[in-house]
Amino acid sequence: MSKHRDAKIHRDKMGRPLVAVTGLGVVTSLGQGKDANWQALTAGKSGIHRIDRFPTEGLRTSIGGTVDFLFDGSFTAPQLSEKLATLAAEEAVTQSGISADGDFPGELFMAVPPVEMEWPQKQEIAGTIEGDVDYDGLLRAAATGKFRAMHELFVFGGVADHIADRFGTKGSPISLSTACSSGATAIQMGVEAIRRGETEAALCIGTDGSIHAEALIRFSLLSALSTQNDPPEGAAKPFSKNRDGFVMGEGAGALVLEDYDHALARGATILGIVAGCGERGDGFHRTRSSPDGKPAILAMQDALADAGLTPDDVDYINAHGTSTPENDKMEAMSCAAVFGERMAKLPISSNKSMIGHTLTAAGAVEAVISFLTIANGTIPPTINYNNPDPALAIDVVPNKARKAKVRTVLSNSFGFGGQNTCLVLTAPPEAA
Amino acid sequence: MTTTSRREVVITGIGIASSLGEGVEAHAAALAAGGPAIVDTESFKPYPVHMLAALELDKQIPKKSDQRQMEPWQRLGVYAAGLALDSAGLKEDAEARSALQVIVAAGGGERDHAVDSAILTGLRGMNEPGAFLNERLMGDLRPTLFLAQLSNLLAGNIGIVHGITGPSRTFMGEEQAGVDAIRTAQARIASGQSDLMLVGGAYSAERRDMLLLLELGGYLRHGTFAPVFARDDEPGLITGSAGAFLVLESAESAAARGAKVYAKLKAAGAARSRRAPGTVESALTKLVGSFGATGADAIAVSAATGCAGITAEEAAALKAAAPSAKRIATGDLVGHGVEAAFPVSVALAAIALSTGQAKEAIVTGAGHWRGEGAAHLAQA
Repeated sequence: MSKHRDAKIHRDKMGRPLVAVTGLGVVTSLGQGKDANWQALTAGKSGIHRIDRFPTEGLRTSIGGTVDFLFDGSFTAPQLSEKLATLAAEEAVTQSGISADGDFPGELFMAVPPVEMEWPQKQEIAGTIEGDVDYDGLLRAAATGKFRAMHELFVFGGVADHIADRFGTKGSPISLSTACSSGATAIQMGVEAIRRGETEAALCIGTDGSIHAEALIRFSLLSALSTQNDPPEGAAKPFSKNRDGFVMGEGAGALVLEDYDHALARGATILGIVAGCGERGDGFHRTRSSPDGKPAILAMQDALADAGLTPDDVDYINAHGTSTPENDKMEAMSCAAVFGERMAKLPISSNKSMIGHTLTAAGAVEAVISFLTIANGTIPPTINYNNPDPALAIDVVPNKARKAKVRTVLSNSFGFGGQNTCLVLTAPPEAA
Repeated sequence: MTTTSRREVVITGIGIASSLGEGVEAHAAALAAGGPAIVDTESFKPYPVHMLAALELDKQIPKKSDQRQMEPWQRLGVYAAGLALDSAGLKEDAEARSALQVIVAAGGGERDHAVDSAILTGLRGMNEPGAFLNERLMGDLRPTLFLAQLSNLLAGNIGIVHGITGPSRTFMGEEQAGVDAIRTAQARIASGQSDLMLVGGAYSAERRDMLLLLELGGYLRHGTFAPVFARDDEPGLITGSAGAFLVLESAESAAARGAKVYAKLKAAGAARSRRAPGTVESALTKLVGSFGATGADAIAVSAATGCAGITAEEAAALKAAAPSAKRIATGDLVGHGVEAAFPVSVALAAIALSTGQAKEAIVTGAGHWRGEGAAHLAQA
């Protein structure tokens, strides 16, 4: 590592290393890269469209925020997830200027969607079997060794291993899931490793390219998805009275996290600070949040306490805001509990109104957008807000982006299985 | 990369279940006797499998409705986690359970084999396969099956069943997920980021979808059982259903609440050698070497797979870096539990130390396709 030019050692209020952000990258259905996404997000543009990746006949939901501009032919979810992650990470690592290509000087923390064998590959194996298909037949076909490449395609650690190869990250790469808060957890793990002094830099990625028929059907069977297919861009309507479920999205967000002093010493541009992280479990139910919102409230409070800040310091909330009846109600109520009367005028918007719910990637994608919000002094809107839910007395930045000085963002992520993760993201310190 | 303790990390709870039964005593006896392995060579022929011993699920998962919402791997994990909480004396301590942080190494849930088979048969010669697939999946998939399959829902179920409201994280990625779970939990406590953690994993081997994934890569042994380090005739994995969870805490925290300490977890490390001949041996030699010289009365519990090449390399690494340690293969006792293999091996090491079978233990593992890890334990 390079010698610190600046002898001063910076620490947060708890005496820990500051965790700087020096690179950001993003891909969503709105496009590839920060510029394309920022332009669309601040214009209130939706990336949700009719799905044509697979037939949607007979399905209650036929729309999604699929990323359709990366492959010509067919592909599997891990292949798309890997491609999305690669593009986002290339953008982030290049911006950070931290290393030569393929020699990233730190660890990899990746939120990746759980994988399993997909239908086209099972059909390919089944095609070599005589008579009715069963798993014994598939096993006999597998034993021929003719389908060897499918193993590495469908193991859980595959995507992260390939990304570790591509970027030359150090150590043992982490593939993690905390369901819909996974992207935020990837960032939190990077923060913790830097604070422990284990690594001076971390590449944190959330990626999800897993919209295929069965994935959509699974969420549909849980009645989690919006069925208002027409027009597609109107379906995701967080905090609206007529919200009826989320819209699946794809994308990736990547952040280069770095010990602040390490970044200063090499003269890097500091884009912001990950100041605090909070997480809580919810033992209430497998898919539903505690009705009193207690775990979400505590996660937000923990994140603020971890940052050494108070609710009054927050300028903007980047909502989880899925557009399901339950999440948005619980989130608004929990925010009211944390921020009190201020909640009526504290801006809170949901990127998911435009890009859908990017699931495993969401926490990372939305953290990248939060830092862009800080950098540009503009808050992306919650679109499709034409029928406010009177029960939720909040300022959702309706339909149009808003200029505002934003120094501190609270980014919320909540997931199935009682996962609640909140991040406090701040502008770079004014005086280094 | 190895994290050495700044604060001492101790193991105060062990929960384990496998083909050998459940709990510390059953596994201590098998460790002392060196087996015998309980292997079923018929049920999944030609693949030998260590089947899970019958468990009285009600003891750890009292509500039938909870049991029904889970797949076997989740029930096994929740059960083992409950055993760990019991042994740590945390079951009745609501305050501790609300602060407890959880890391789970997990794969995913079992497919509905009958539905898959029927659909694959039906898809043959279908003019509009997409529409057929949609119709059958909409009609035949149980809505809750998804929740039984999601990787992070083992952690979610542990929270629900055992009333843990601290945060959980789920690591995926086969064997290395188990290594990284132990390593991260140890590092969090050593550095003061956490005082109390529940860490482990569970694997159900009794499923053809996982056998299929492993067989696609040519990693399974066919035919009969043979010891892990003596499979040259037919190298490969013999999988076993197994789950293990450990309660880790700082020595101060354990002392303050008067907890029984099973063993000290002095260090845990992980590596990712870019696999080529010799890289597993050098990675493991380096990891184990970083723990310092092993003394007398040491054991080495190996989570080796039995796969060609890498198993011999692991043996060579142990011989070089811990020559005095008596080698025990986890696979010879309970089979290979993929994500659970390393946590089970650490649990076995802790059991050996707590029952006086050794004074010091090294644990090693090399994943069947990637990742290497090691841990260092000492008698309390």
